[in-house]
Amino acid sequence: MYRYDEFDQEFVTERVAQFRGQVERRLSGELTEDQFKPLRLMNGVYLQLHSYMLRIAVPYGTLNPEQMRMLAFVARKYDRGYGHFTTRQNLQFHWPALKDIPDILADLAGVAMHAIQTSGNCIRNVTADHFAGAAADEVVDPRPYAEILRQWSSLHPEFIFLPRKFKIAVTGAERDRAAIQVHDIGLHATRDTDGRLGFAVYVGGGLGRTPMIAHKLRDFLPETDLLSYVEAILRVYNLFGRRDNKYKARIKILVHEAGEAEIRRQVEAEWERIRHSALALPEDEIRRIQAYFALPTELQPRPAESVVLDRARAANPRLDTWVKQNTVAHRLSGHAIATVSLKPIGGTPGDATAEQMELLADLAERFGHGEIRVSHEQNLILPHLALDDLPAVYEALEQTGLATANAGLITDIIACPGLDYCALANARSIPIAQRISERFSDYARQAEVGDLKIKISGCINACGHHHVGHIGILGVEKKGEEFYQLTLGGSGDERTSIGEIIGKGFSSDEVVDAVETLVDTYLAKRESADEDFLAAYRRLGQAPFKEALYGAA
Amino acid sequence: MFKAAKSGPAKTVTANRLDNGLVVFLDANGGWTLDIGEARILDDAEIDEALSYGKAQHDARIVIDPYAIDVEVTDGVPVPIRLRERIRAERGPTIAYGDAERAKLSPPRAEAVE
Repeated sequence: MYRYDEFDQEFVTERVAQFRGQVERRLSGELTEDQFKPLRLMNGVYLQLHSYMLRIAVPYGTLNPEQMRMLAFVARKYDRGYGHFTTRQNLQFHWPALKDIPDILADLAGVAMHAIQTSGNCIRNVTADHFAGAAADEVVDPRPYAEILRQWSSLHPEFIFLPRKFKIAVTGAERDRAAIQVHDIGLHATRDTDGRLGFAVYVGGGLGRTPMIAHKLRDFLPETDLLSYVEAILRVYNLFGRRDNKYKARIKILVHEAGEAEIRRQVEAEWERIRHSALALPEDEIRRIQAYFALPTELQPRPAESVVLDRARAANPRLDTWVKQNTVAHRLSGHAIATVSLKPIGGTPGDATAEQMELLADLAERFGHGEIRVSHEQNLILPHLALDDLPAVYEALEQTGLATANAGLITDIIACPGLDYCALANARSIPIAQRISERFSDYARQAEVGDLKIKISGCINACGHHHVGHIGILGVEKKGEEFYQLTLGGSGDERTSIGEIIGKGFSSDEVVDAVETLVDTYLAKRESADEDFLAAYRRLGQAPFKEALYGAA
Repeated sequence: MFKAAKSGPAKTVTANRLDNGLVVFLDANGGWTLDIGEARILDDAEIDEALSYGKAQHDARIVIDPYAIDVEVTDGVPVPIRLRERIRAERGPTIAYGDAERAKLSPPRAEAVE
């Protein structure tokens, strides 16, 4: 797995020392809050509803056991014993004291982690398919390219004061598990008809106040041109992105206002100027970085059938359910990718205690070839498990509340922290997620409903990605009360769609019933159990759902 | 940020502590308390001066960005009118978290079972 080289480590260490000095000067008064705020944001430090919040970068969602143990250590020593995994594959701590944050960052630097560029108007964490490198359907592992982009974007001197934040996602299978079309830049790694590696390049996607699906700027960009082309896009954005209005400052607005053709023209013109510069990626350099992401040598094909697993599944129906629901095929025979659900029934989506983090570290070490992933759907992944080991893994997960068999089901809800934590929120999202989860707690019922992505945001900033939920829930404040607006038919996969508002919103008391009404309507109207909620909605349209919720027009 | 009403309801002044970010309320002695029950209740005539004092405390690096909130006073205890401020005054989320949530969710009823 990729490790920082000496240059990176020195940079992170120096950055910690720099921020320690900045915190000292803030506490002593040499820096005012206005001076300090942009500096603390560049180190992932927010001031939220109840306290500071620290957002730690987890590059393309990949962690090793040592790093996960350090996160658990930080949670215990400096925070309140838990952390929250986010919709951008990062980790948030909700209770760090400012005076402790330099020490936290120093501890994290010891395991090559940091909080740089997880906030502020800069290029943020480059996210990737959480099944990368393991998925049976993968064409090319996107993580080496995410790593190249990470190195390029870290403290890039030209792009440290962008008009607004900038988010890049990379995926490498036909199935887009990284929601690339709702990112500022989305990259779909692929091969052309000659077998060459490269990318379809998407620009100008985003959620928030003005959700937009990205435009495809290029069908195929050779891999050698990755950095020069992305730099060209950033340069056009940096030059022409609006700085007069925070709500119109993302690249999606620039693309929308200038038009796809004009943006393409400008990007390609800039790219022609710079494509043969030092930004051109030599093939041997790409291969060098890819080598870091190769499967561990100990990871070898095993027999496709596991007698051990088959027997254990026959003896334990809960294990059987979990394997069916939470594991998917691995590239290598005899292995599986397991989703460790952080959505226990009635729990807070995406939260993990220090104890749970430590268990994940242990399992990754003993059974998982040292790899853990964070998915943007706020679950954890053990990407390289032998089928023979699944019973032991499951048993350990069950003891620590991590064995909920609900991956992709209605209780696998994405929810932002909402008004329980966030200074920007208008309404709470976590209690809604918990109540929906409890309403549908019965596994048989969940299995009957099938794949259904509910995503909940506590405000229009859409950190819960509600616009791309099959059912999206947006919390608003109406006359001092929490109120919830429903959208239907959103999707963040390769057929990305923005959810459509269904009608007037619902009170906190009414919204869970409303969701149940939608589910019951789907069950009544679907063609068969093979037609999932999204497909049924796309076939039927809004009408039957609207009628079920609000009565005949 | 939602501003407190210019007149009418009683008010308190709230902020976050600089060093640890925790929510505090201006008390009767010019200090800052974690407990809204101990907050100084202000009327319209007093609010400007209290906010000036709060700004000075911001400049003195005690707190960050103090602001006024509307409260309803019952038996001498101020309760914020706005939900956001009520949640903030409780000094934590409205749901259990961390180990407390884990304890609440076990036993096995909390798992998705057959």
